[in-house]
This record gives sequence, structure tokens and C-alpha cells, in this order.
Amino acid sequence: MPLTLPDLPYAKNALEPHISERTLEFHYGKHHQAYVTNGNNLIAGTEYENLPLEEIIKKTAGDKEKAGIFNNAAQVWNHSFYWKCMKANGGGKPVGAIANKINSDFGGFEQFVDEFKKAGATQFGSGWAWLVLDNDKLRIVKTANAENPITQNLKPLLVVDVWEHAYYLDFQNRRPDYLTTFVDKLINWDFVNSQL
Amino acid sequence: MTHELSALPYAYDALEPYIDARTMEIHHGKHHAAYVNNLNAALEKHPELESKSLDDLIKNLHNVPEDIRTAVRNNGGGHWNHTFFWNVMGKSSDKRPKGDLAEAINKNFGSFEQFQEKFSNAGATRFGSGWAWLVVNGQTGLSVVSTPNQDNPLMDVSEVNGTPILGVDVWEHAYYLKYQNRRPDYLNAFFNVINWDAVSENYAGAL
Repeated sequence: MPLTLPDLPYAKNALEPHISERTLEFHYGKHHQAYVTNGNNLIAGTEYENLPLEEIIKKTAGDKEKAGIFNNAAQVWNHSFYWKCMKANGGGKPVGAIANKINSDFGGFEQFVDEFKKAGATQFGSGWAWLVLDNDKLRIVKTANAENPITQNLKPLLVVDVWEHAYYLDFQNRRPDYLTTFVDKLINWDFVNSQL
Repeated sequence: MTHELSALPYAYDALEPYIDARTMEIHHGKHHAAYVNNLNAALEKHPELESKSLDDLIKNLHNVPEDIRTAVRNNGGGHWNHTFFWNVMGKSSDKRPKGDLAEAINKNFGSFEQFQEKFSNAGATRFGSGWAWLVVNGQTGLSVVSTPNQDNPLMDVSEVNGTPILGVDVWEHAYYLKYQNRRPDYLNAFFNVINWDAVSENYAGAL
């Protein structure tokens, strides 16, 4: 199945004033779209052309010859997931099953926040910070560039994009401020709960 | 030795309209400054490295204690690369190389246009953050390479080696305020602000 650009789950201005409409115009309309277009061009006529997206990612991970396909396919997955992790008037403390699990696995919400923000702030260069399920336990991991935890048998529950294009128009060099805003104002905990 | 951020060799708006003043101000005053501060912070843990020059540190990362090796690689690299980058831009008497460097470029790449295409392509295809370089390796050999993040071809840990004589920053912070996702447009614009006199000096020094 060729790669597709899903609809954004909200209007491009829905995350204002935290993430600007202009950022989403480029991030969704140009960057995400380019990964879809480039990925489809690269898989056309190959054994990957009719595979589900997750299969393409798993089969090309770690193969230098297939880096182009992997990078574009994984970035399609990562961005589609990232949009769903945010909503207008989101952020703050979670409720429901994820709240209990965060308390038991991290020792408290604040500990989770510290570790999640630290992972995002210390991912040097471009990449992502994730909350994942490792078997039955919550963990925080960071990945470089397009890399995705599903290739390590981890189940993503939440992600924040720390490529500079995700925040540069709104926050410039202040990545920690973007991460704080993401946690305090944007996380869609309903979506995270639905992934548990 | 405490490492220091040098002043830009020109005004923030000197590279307008190709690279805007706001980008230069944040790039030099925030990003480059942070690399210098973080490098100094890492080195505080190992006073025995105080006497080592930045070149010595990044060329011999295997000699840097493991607990700060990544910090020195990233922040020492960031300091070296940005200092180098500022110096290969600015006002030049020509829009193209001349003399020995022009000859070497023609000999190694076929023509200036072919070099420009290869260099721009190296920058455009560096996935994520990094740099594209023109390096001298061997007596007169020039080649175009790229490195991820803040690595550079002088580092013992780098997959590609040589002495850089020209480099372009393709981290998104280098161009996002003005060019957003259009990295190829930024790379085209970069060719209007290369200081070929400085690149020629680098070339002579690398031989």
C-alpha cells in the first residue's frame, strides 16, 4: 500500500499560540508531505511497494542500502503519530490507566516529566523522544533522525519531535521551552491512554 | 584554557539578503555560544585537558576520557565547525575561486559548476543535522564529503577524513527562519556569501 498523508486531526491553527499555524503549514504541508512523496517514489516498483508501512520500516531498519526508504517511511509513521499525540487545550496531568502506570513505573508524574523532557533536550541533532511500553513496563527512549522504537520491539505511546523544524519558527534555539510547552499545554492524554 | 566565543568577523547583517541578520544573531549568539559553554563545562571535570587546544581535542577524541568524550565531540565539534563557518563567509573580491584553488577544483571536479553541484548535493542529502565540506586529502586531492551532527573530517572518529577548506552548516537552525524546508535554496544562496580569499588561504595551509 503506497504511503499516504493522513488528515491532521485538527485545524492548522488549533495549537496556537503554542505551535503556530505557520509551523504546521510547513511541518505538515511540506516536511511530512515530502516524506510521503519521496518514500512513494523510492518504493515504486520494489518489493516494498505493497507492504504495510510498519513492515517497510521493520524490513529496512539498519540496512544502509535501504536508508532512503527507511528514513522516509519512518518519518511518515513518526509524524502521523506525533500529530495524534497533541490537541488543543491538552497537556498537564493525565487521568485514567496511563496516570496510574506513570506513577507506578516512574515514581510520580514529575519524575516522568523530568525524564521525558531530558530525553528530548539531550537528543543531539535531529530526532525524537518517546514514551514506550517495553513488555509491560513504561520507558522513555530517544531516537536519532528517523529512527523508530517499533524496530526494537517497543510500543510507542507518546512522542515529541525534536527536529529543529518542529519548533524553530516558534522557539528558535529554546528547545527546552518547546518541550515544557508540549508537556504543559499540548499532550493528548486520551490518545496516549488509547494506545496502552 | 577556557575556550572562548570569538566575535563574528563581520556584522550580523553583512550576509543579507542571503543569510538574514536574525538568523546570524541567534546562530552565533545562542547556538555557537552554547557549544562553547557546554565544552567548557565538560572540560571542568578534567583539568588535565586544560592545556589542550581545540584542534588537539577533536583530532584525538580517543584520548579524551570516556565520561566527557561525547560532550567534547558534540560541543568541541560545534565550536570548531561554527568558528570555521563564519570565516569562510563574508565579503570576497570574487564570486568564484581563482589561482591554484580554481585549478585544483577544475582538475578534481571537471569544472566549478560540477563542484558546486556536488557540494550542494552533499548538503541537500545529509539526512537530519550536519555539514557538507570541501576537504584536502593527499597532496592536491580535493573531495566533497558530509558529516552528521557536529562531527567534522578532522576528527579521529569521523567516517570521512581530510582537512576542511570550505564547509556549510545544514542544521535546520542555519536556515529555517529564512528558508524553512527549502534547504536547496539556502545552499544556492550560500554560494553568494563564500569568501573565496579565505578558502584559498585554507587551501594553501592544508597542502
